[in-house]
Amino acid sequence: MSAPTREDICQLENEVYSRTTLLTPAPLSYCPGCGHGTAHRLIMEVVEEMNLQADTIGVAPVGCSVLAYDFMDIDMQQAAHGRAPAVATGIKRLYPNKFVFTYQGDGDLAAIGTGETIHACNRGENITIFFVNNGIYGMTGGQMAPTTLPNMKTSTSPFGRDVETMGYPLKITELIANLPGTYFVSRQSVHTAANVRKAKKAIEKAIQYQKLKKGLCFVEIVSNCNSGWKMTPLDSNKWMEENMFPFYPLGDIKVPK
Amino acid sequence: MAKVKGAIVVNIERCKGCQICVPTCQQKSIAMSEALNSKGYHYAMTINDECNGCINCGLVCPDGVITVYRKKYD
Ligand SMILES: Cc1ncc(C[n+]2csc(CCOP(=O)(O)OP(=O)(O)O)c2C)c(N)n1
Ligand code: SF4
Repeated sequence: MSAPTREDICQLENEVYSRTTLLTPAPLSYCPGCGHGTAHRLIMEVVEEMNLQADTIGVAPVGCSVLAYDFMDIDMQQAAHGRAPAVATGIKRLYPNKFVFTYQGDGDLAAIGTGETIHACNRGENITIFFVNNGIYGMTGGQMAPTTLPNMKTSTSPFGRDVETMGYPLKITELIANLPGTYFVSRQSVHTAANVRKAKKAIEKAIQYQKLKKGLCFVEIVSNCNSGWKMTPLDSNKWMEENMFPFYPLGDIKVPK
Repeated sequence: MAKVKGAIVVNIERCKGCQICVPTCQQKSIAMSEALNSKGYHYAMTINDECNGCINCGLVCPDGVITVYRKKYD
């Protein structure tokens, strides 16, 4: 048989990858190349593959992903800035059999919401937190975040973050991994196909483990904010590999014994 | 021996031209169009016949605009 034509190949029975139907048809509001879109898609793929669409409740943050409820075709609630873990706590306690997650940026989770994050983790709430860390406040114009790297330029640290006056970046993921209430803590990225595959495995575990009711599962996704970093998408991913990953190393941080 | 051949279909109007799919394709099958879509972006398109349907481009596309197909043949 000779090689099939493009028309022969592009038939439904040969389809091996397509956008999950758990993303609504709405165009994502993210900048071209922003990792938020990939992170949304992966979470929804896992929810779809685990057949949890009707049993999942997500909590959207304030930040670029504030409209996550328009994109994820599941039950969603939007929380005040940083308060998603508190809102998710309430939802989970009322609906203990639902899969409940928050989706938060670093300005949301590690700045204004630090208190809610730490206490939800320390209480060992049976929820899952997806934390997209791009080291900056993307939505509001690229201001410095607690997670901004030393010497990193932002709109509020135009000469770079000087740790003498502006303090050190907060590794909140390592911090909460030390709390007895967290069960599974992992740090991933979604900028290459290999990383996407690994991140998906971590997301799967963070969902599966919630059923065990043994504590909070936390998956950080180190991501780019090419607009805030003022780079092209490809350059921002390279910069992320060279600068973000040495400070925020990828891999599991806390795994069940 | 069975061989495989792949193909991608890009949702042109939804592509934002970020180019993240371009280096992820080991077969060098993807490049950006000269033409613009109605939003003003150069969009991803297939430029050769080498696609093996590995799905890497689909996995990294932030907007999920790439559908991948793969067919076995002898
Ligand atoms: C109470 C309150 N304070 C401040 C703001 C302004 N604000 C909106 S988004 C944001 C930061 C978002 O950054 P991040 O969580 O890192 O998300 P990103 O946009 O980078 O994805 C801030 C400070 C707000 N909306 N509400
Ligand atoms: S501003 Fe940054 S975080 Fe927000 S959508 Fe654009 S690239 Fe993504």
